[in-house]
Amino acid sequence: MSNNKKYWKSVEELDENSSIVETLKQNEFVAPIPTDDFLGDKETLEASSTTRRDFLKYVGFSTAAASLAACEGPVIKSIPYVVAPDEIVPGVANYYATTMADGFDFANVLVKTREGRPIKIERNDLAKHGGSVNARVHASVLSMYDKNRVQNPMIGGADVTWSDFDKAVAQKMNEMNGKEVVLLTQTFASPSTSKLIKEFTARYANVRHVIYDAVSSSEALDAFQNKFGTRALADYDFSKAEVIVSVGADFIGDWQGGGYEAGYAKGRIPKNGKMSKHYQFEANMSLAGANADVRVPVTPTQQLQVLKALTGGSASGLPENVAAAVSKAKAHLQKAGGKGVLITNLPDVQAQAMVLNYNAGGQVMDTTKPKMTAMGNTQEVMKVMNGVVSGSIKGLITVGVDPVYSFPHKDFAEAYKNLDMSLAFAMKPDATAVVAQMVAATPHYLESWGDVQLKKGTFSIMQPTIKPLFNTRQFQECLLKWTGQGETKYYDYLKEFMQGSVLGTSSWNQAVHDGVVESTAEVTTDADTTNSNSLQLDSSTSNGALSSAAQNGGMELVLYTKTGLGSGNQANNPWLQELPDPISRASWDNYVTVSKADADAMGLENYNVANGGLNGSYVHVKMNGVTVENVPVLIQPGQAKGSIGLALGYGQKEGIQEEMQTGVNAYPLYSNFSAVQTGVTLEKASGVHEFACVQLHNTMMGRDIIKETTLEIFNTKDVHYWNAVPEVSKDHQEIPVTSPDADLWEGFDRSIGHHFNLSIDLNACTGCGACVIACHAENNVPVVGKDEVRKSRDMHWLRIDRYYSSEETFESDLEKKENISGLGSSLSEYGEMENASANPQVAFQPVMCQHCNHAPCETVCPVAATSHGRQGQNHMAYNRCVGTRYCANNCPYKVRRFNWFLYAENDEFDYHMNNDLGRMVLNPDVVVRSRGVMEKCSMCIQMTQKTILDAKRDGRPVKNGEFKTACSAACETGAIAFGDINAEKSEIHELKENKRMYHLLEAVGTKPNVFYQTKVRNTNEA
Amino acid sequence: MQKVKFTNLPSIVSLLLLAVLLTFSTQMLAQADSTAVVAEQAAPETPAAEGVGDVEAGEALFKSNCAACHKLYKKSTGPALFQVSQKYDREWLYKWIKNSQELIASGDAQAIKIFEENNKSVMTAFPGLSNTDIDNILAYTDTEKATPPPSTEVAGGAASSSGGVSNNIILGALALVFLLLIIMLVLVNNTLKKIAAANGVVYEEKQKRAPLWKVFVENQFLVLVTAIFLLLSAGYFMYGYFMQVGVDQGYAPVQPIHYSHRIHAGDNQIDCKYCHSSARKSKTSGIPSLNVCMNCHKNISEVSDDTYAMGQEEYGVDYNKEIQKLYKAVGWDAANQQYTGETEPVKWVRIHNLPDFAYFNHSQHVTVAGIECQKCHGPVEEMEIMEQFSPLTMGWCINCHRETNVNVAGNEYYKEIHEQLSKKYGVDQLTAAQMGGLECGKCHY
Repeated sequence: MSNNKKYWKSVEELDENSSIVETLKQNEFVAPIPTDDFLGDKETLEASSTTRRDFLKYVGFSTAAASLAACEGPVIKSIPYVVAPDEIVPGVANYYATTMADGFDFANVLVKTREGRPIKIERNDLAKHGGSVNARVHASVLSMYDKNRVQNPMIGGADVTWSDFDKAVAQKMNEMNGKEVVLLTQTFASPSTSKLIKEFTARYANVRHVIYDAVSSSEALDAFQNKFGTRALADYDFSKAEVIVSVGADFIGDWQGGGYEAGYAKGRIPKNGKMSKHYQFEANMSLAGANADVRVPVTPTQQLQVLKALTGGSASGLPENVAAAVSKAKAHLQKAGGKGVLITNLPDVQAQAMVLNYNAGGQVMDTTKPKMTAMGNTQEVMKVMNGVVSGSIKGLITVGVDPVYSFPHKDFAEAYKNLDMSLAFAMKPDATAVVAQMVAATPHYLESWGDVQLKKGTFSIMQPTIKPLFNTRQFQECLLKWTGQGETKYYDYLKEFMQGSVLGTSSWNQAVHDGVVESTAEVTTDADTTNSNSLQLDSSTSNGALSSAAQNGGMELVLYTKTGLGSGNQANNPWLQELPDPISRASWDNYVTVSKADADAMGLENYNVANGGLNGSYVHVKMNGVTVENVPVLIQPGQAKGSIGLALGYGQKEGIQEEMQTGVNAYPLYSNFSAVQTGVTLEKASGVHEFACVQLHNTMMGRDIIKETTLEIFNTKDVHYWNAVPEVSKDHQEIPVTSPDADLWEGFDRSIGHHFNLSIDLNACTGCGACVIACHAENNVPVVGKDEVRKSRDMHWLRIDRYYSSEETFESDLEKKENISGLGSSLSEYGEMENASANPQVAFQPVMCQHCNHAPCETVCPVAATSHGRQGQNHMAYNRCVGTRYCANNCPYKVRRFNWFLYAENDEFDYHMNNDLGRMVLNPDVVVRSRGVMEKCSMCIQMTQKTILDAKRDGRPVKNGEFKTACSAACETGAIAFGDINAEKSEIHELKENKRMYHLLEAVGTKPNVFYQTKVRNTNEA
Repeated sequence: MQKVKFTNLPSIVSLLLLAVLLTFSTQMLAQADSTAVVAEQAAPETPAAEGVGDVEAGEALFKSNCAACHKLYKKSTGPALFQVSQKYDREWLYKWIKNSQELIASGDAQAIKIFEENNKSVMTAFPGLSNTDIDNILAYTDTEKATPPPSTEVAGGAASSSGGVSNNIILGALALVFLLLIIMLVLVNNTLKKIAAANGVVYEEKQKRAPLWKVFVENQFLVLVTAIFLLLSAGYFMYGYFMQVGVDQGYAPVQPIHYSHRIHAGDNQIDCKYCHSSARKSKTSGIPSLNVCMNCHKNISEVSDDTYAMGQEEYGVDYNKEIQKLYKAVGWDAANQQYTGETEPVKWVRIHNLPDFAYFNHSQHVTVAGIECQKCHGPVEEMEIMEQFSPLTMGWCINCHRETNVNVAGNEYYKEIHEQLSKKYGVDQLTAAQMGGLECGKCHY
């Protein structure tokens, strides 16, 4: 009988004793229905005097009133300038070159302003050594519109005027006469500032200047200073490298200030059958490791040995696979000769010196024009920290640094409060500023003047792009006042200094216009002001940790900085908080990364729950009496066994909006300001952490979502072998899906006018995420918050998918899939393929709307809200959309984003779009979408429209390379290219003809206008 | 009956005559008033012409050369010039007017003093003026100010109001006539009935019919048809009503400063894009900032008498006060001819409110397409108060895009695409729609 048939809903039902089944039987709804939420509690209900009839009356009346009121248009006021500035035309953007230098990120940028307010950061093409305009730099414009900034100078927590503040400081400085005061600053790399600081310390002899980098590069600086005499960092041009061997250095991330991805990517695109070979020995899975050809997970202590082995020592004692890799790398390096480069991030002066010696004769490292963007000296900083704690230092002036938050000494905060004098120059009321006696409100870099020497001989100008939003005064201005040069403005001082020392005969205005000027002028730097005694390096303090590590037992902790927050300067920036980590794809969090083996051993787990959210265990991280409690655990494929990773910059509480108080503070573990800590133990804690991870599935299961091949095959085999167009069977004959015969639709003629295409080179994409933030800024993409991201309701128009291989390589994934046969094998082996390997290969793939010429979304929209333009863009008319979400369901790429809520002017989403200040960053050329409509990448149609209009107005054809999207303009590595394929000389036209070109999910036959370039891995050996 | 009618006729005729008479008499009176005023105005001018010059020639010269910076009775960029010839030596004046800078450079104390008193603004040299010309000008500047005709306003007011009164009288008279006619008809009818009764005429009783509404209700077909008709027409009007919600055609709000486009764009022929310059290169046409107003109004603090009178009469606006509002907003001290720095922005009421989701670019239409502003904004040069001329609905946009040819002449951008597309569509001239001007994403993103 058919009705006897029993349908099993889940495997659990087979188990009679299962508690889950029992509970489900009793409970129809798994989650309790929140009746109280919408009914209110009984008490309130009864206390109310409103009867049902009254209620209906009110509802009726208010509905009628609302609809009547809606018929009247509001009166909108429009207020023009009284005296319009010459350069401002309402509706036309102005661009200004300036420089970001917040002590962690240094970059030459171009600021787009509209009606006098900065709305977007772009790359300054004039700057050839401009540092990297990474995701944080792109997001920095929003940090200026932070409503939590310090808005006035404060004494004892009360707002005062600047003149009172000056008096108070002068008085305090006189009182402090004879007592030791330390001026603890970030790295300014600003010659004029260091001159000013010298004038200040000359006037107050009891003041000592110490530079503190929250994330230290001190050992590398020490090694460089020992060898070359200047306190600076060697610069590398990876485009010249044939073999790159990195030992723990995430040089695509923030290693030594970052900014290397452009050069690196240049060497990674196969040209004339050649590309660079990249070996990476590291503990955490970093961006550099993810991009490497060969990645070997090794703990930091082993890394030291690897480094020694690479530079001539023995590899004995290393695990076999590591030793094998080391010997291969070594051979390859030797073969490359001067075109091989070896780098490391080990916090060890000797290790750094080894590397400098190794690279000395090569072509990749540049020591004549070193980078000046980090100057901190760990020993000096330690003296300050200990001096404050012991009480020998009586006063502390901090500028742009937050020692109360970031000093790894548990007694420092208390000792800081007991100082005779504490003065903090701060932009936000951070942990130091809230307890400081005096707080000097400083402006954002977009409101300041300044000069920055990014590299020796490259001087950048910082110029304000907006009048200061608050009652702030920059540090340099204060120093001028306090050194008795009160009449001089810093602008004049700077101009005079630059003209006198740097510019020579070249024009100041031109320098300000370009934002950067090359000069051979020698200027004194901050480094020269630090105590030269510290040059007598005693290496024992700085590398003691590593040498004695192995005996220590426990795990090795590698502290790193994440793409989103970096050192934590911009923790209050919702764009950065919501930017998924390129590797883990988790946003709004930091966490301990643990290898699968270690996690299993300790009983730590990660699992996905029904709504797709990732859950994880908590641990207490303990080290030398320091405990960081309740740190979530993320099992990270590729993490070296015996090592753990934890990101700095999180866990800030002061001056941070509640939603942005995410993660845990890892700085207490940053003992001796060393990125590597040993003897760390993890203790499982109770509770389950809910991650907001945007990627549920981590492997490709052997599919060709990302096409990959090896350099050898690429060079030798036919394109059909490694980049075949999928075929379908028609009349029992295989025809390519691109053939018109395989198409349901009649194609349109797209040869006339512009036809936009976007090319993404998977070889050049490092996954850095700059494009994601640029897209946010350009297109007013809302921030939805951690809870919504967890529900997969993130609004990123552009995501960077990250895939792990489930075998050692993607190639073996493919093989495994091909070999699956039969039911049993497919069940078990496909299951296995869902799990990432312990040391997987990694591939990144930016995915945005593919602007299909045969778009599945367009055909299912019942109201024709999404339609195709002749120029290849898939248009989305928000005002027409009724929110059926059919389009999103029918999109094979899952790039459509639905506005589940109103994200602007809604207290439930209290991010920048919910306050007047934050809304100033919105791009006036793009609509802010409302609730209930679908949105997606528009291929920056506002930018293509503008380019076309500019050409029309000038009466000329569009220039080659003039078309840009926000992502293509932001891409440092040139991975994203945009243009008109009908323009035959354009770059995109060539890229479309490139044999590496393929379309995502080509078999679906959507004919996208976005195409990818097959990833080629260099498997060649020496 | 006829008899009755005829008896009333003379009185009606007389009434009509009276009305006509009244109307014309007041108008004639008004005309007499205004001619008298003209005479009064003209009268004092001739005797005041004394000295050596020709006042009329002087006036012409003054207006073409001096009036931009000088006024007779008020300080402008330069000092007031009334009776200037009596303040300074005539020979010195010749020198000054022909080249004041030379005079200053020569160290003439008086010249330097004047130069410094007037914010060191350099007076243009007029080497082309002969001494006679200067005499003429000086003759004009010495002319006594015509006493402001106090009766103008009153008389003008009276004239206009009398015009209004006469119209009312005519209407009243007509109404009276009609009333009389109706009364007469009733009277006649009554009289006839009485006569008929007296003559013993008996009317036939009319057959009692069912009342109309009952017939209507009983005829179901008619009810159905009416119902359908009513529903349809209700639907039609509802649709019409809803379609005009948010379409503010004819919206002409009261602005903080009564700015007359009629005077600026109409009478003075100022190009729209002189003030709305950003329409050429930006997506917005821009409300001009006040410094643009001051380009001209630094020198124009008062309107001409005719314009003033017109403003008073037709629009009830004191234009001079409106200019003062501008001065206040921009912080211009007219007495000392300098900016005070105290500004208060003007909060104009925005008239053309395109929703946020619609992208419209002025420069595309103005610069590239070369469309006249009037095409969308209507006869602005005739508008005393600016109003929304076009509906600004999507249908209106689309229609124009369908009908308008793309202006490709001399534009290199269009060269290739126009050639190819016109071949494809088989037309000589492409419309904006054929160029892709109807695609959703062109205006909505």
